[in-house]
Amino acid sequence: MTVKLYIDAIRDAIQEEMRRDASVFVLGEDVGVRGGVFRVTQGLIEEFGEARIMDTPLAESAIAGVAIGAAAYGMKPIAEIQFADFIMPAMNQIISEAAKMRYRSNNDWHCPLVIRAPYGGGVHGALYHSQSLEALFYHVPGLKIVMPATAADAKGLLTSAIRDPDPVLYFEHKGMYRLIKDDVPDGEHTVPIGKAAVRRQGADITVITYGLMVHHALEAAQELESEGVSTELLDLRTVAPLDRDAIVAAARKTGKVLIVHEDNKTGGVGAEVSAIIAEEALFDLDAPIARLCGPDIPAMPFSPPMERFYMLDPDKIAAAMRRLAAF
Amino acid sequence: MSRHGELGLSDDDVRNMYRYMLMTRALDDRLWLLNRAGKIPFVVSCKGQEGAQVGAAFALEAGRDYVLPYYRDLGVALVFGQTATDVMLSGFAKWEDPNSGGRQMPGHFGSRRHRIVTGSSPVSTQIPHAVGVALAARLRGERLVAYTSFGEGSSNQGDFHEACNFAGVHRLPVVFFCENNGYAISVPVKKQLGCERVADRATGYGFPGVTVDGNDVLGVYSAMKEAVERALRGEGPTLVEALTYRLNPHSSDDDDRVYRTREEVEDAKNRDAVIAFGQYLQAQGVLSDETVGDLRKEIAQLVDAATEYAEKASYAPPEEALKYVYAE
Repeated sequence: MTVKLYIDAIRDAIQEEMRRDASVFVLGEDVGVRGGVFRVTQGLIEEFGEARIMDTPLAESAIAGVAIGAAAYGMKPIAEIQFADFIMPAMNQIISEAAKMRYRSNNDWHCPLVIRAPYGGGVHGALYHSQSLEALFYHVPGLKIVMPATAADAKGLLTSAIRDPDPVLYFEHKGMYRLIKDDVPDGEHTVPIGKAAVRRQGADITVITYGLMVHHALEAAQELESEGVSTELLDLRTVAPLDRDAIVAAARKTGKVLIVHEDNKTGGVGAEVSAIIAEEALFDLDAPIARLCGPDIPAMPFSPPMERFYMLDPDKIAAAMRRLAAF
Repeated sequence: MSRHGELGLSDDDVRNMYRYMLMTRALDDRLWLLNRAGKIPFVVSCKGQEGAQVGAAFALEAGRDYVLPYYRDLGVALVFGQTATDVMLSGFAKWEDPNSGGRQMPGHFGSRRHRIVTGSSPVSTQIPHAVGVALAARLRGERLVAYTSFGEGSSNQGDFHEACNFAGVHRLPVVFFCENNGYAISVPVKKQLGCERVADRATGYGFPGVTVDGNDVLGVYSAMKEAVERALRGEGPTLVEALTYRLNPHSSDDDDRVYRTREEVEDAKNRDAVIAFGQYLQAQGVLSDETVGDLRKEIAQLVDAATEYAEKASYAPPEEALKYVYAE
């Protein structure tokens, strides 16, 4: 085990998989000489050269589309979209093409592609450098979506995503790059896609969340512990496909569920989590399912007070947990 | 020396090209007929474009090259190895359809073993895929050409622009083949293009663009051959635009009478490549009335047999719809 920053764990996964498998290559804007605008791919062009760490023209649909063609051919591209907010021009390629290639060819063609995109707010990114977009893709069969919260998962899920035979969206919270560090197993490390992780055992309430909110919720749970409320905390890790068994088990364990996500509320991943619980564990519940999410506004404003208003934090989560515990 | 001889094509080659053109036409006609008879729900026609398609496909090498055809490129799919039976299985949406197991509409070609990359309906999405195939082949050190086709309307899509630019920057072995049939469903070229020719656009991407008469099979072959050789020499992409005409409405659900005159369509029929190429081959002594008759008979039998086979073939069990969302 070595303590690593979240960002370094991502780079390690890319580097190790590129060393292991000549089919793996990176393409995106500024990923080469600049090492990525966040420095995720820093140093990789020196080791692998500009053919495998490829600076592309500024054109997101081509980044996705070219990666899809290369994946169909048999490569394992890792395409970087500089900010998740800029993935929109590539939506058609991701949804109409990557997600459907296996299905529409009756299993003849497939698309082993990873698309990495930094998401999330609280970094003064304003409307177009802060968004959480998992819900837009969440509805699409054929895609997998992972959103790791720890450095260990960042490495393990990226390694699994690269090796996965189908397209995987890998959303990494830009606020966590240098904020989060934890023990990462040395050497090869994979985390199965589709498996949630219990981050904290508890008996009174259950919090189900993912991404940066895992850390805020852990902090809130710590606070509630001192108030005599014990919290079961489930980190989804993969939002598509959801770990139904883990969700139902976590809901049944306490009978009181709070779902937390940074993405806005309506039609978000939390809605589906809530529906799964309602379908499979309704009579085990002792309180209505609660959701604490970003407000239903188009995106996060630049103005610091408005940005703080949008973002969830440990205090807001603790307040929601108290309300649920008191029900 | 004959014109085809000068292009390095043997009499057998051009006879074979003509055979593919007749086969493409016969299958297209049959699919249309089956649609009108209520036996298949949808057809998208390539009638009138066979010469351009077969001319283009013969400049490529099946087994070496990848093709990413658009939905009208039946001739290319046939030259690359799909059979009359494959085409009919797709028309009837049967389980054995090699493109999609009956999931996709006809015209959505794809078979890995023939290096025909699966395509979809949103236009131009296949164009960046061709660039990706070419890029991947270069990374792997495989010498090949990625061919992709599209209509002139599709050349307005961002994916066309983004893909051409990407291929231009990296000098990738791609041939962009535009089958300019004059209409994007109902909208004519003059309402589609701000420039004169689709090929003019290549200048902006830093590679050559050429326009050829799509009814001149050998002219298309020649331009494509040059593009393919250029790509194989590592000199980068070429945009080849073939001026052609779609003799049928856009699809079986379209009515072209509202947007083009019958005179225009009749005039185009007189310039049909199937007729012109047949006349050329007869004039060259490559074909006679008798051999053409035999060829047509042979193809009619193949199409009949394919139709019968496909009509009787099984549909996939309905639950098959749940398979292959992900690897199983």
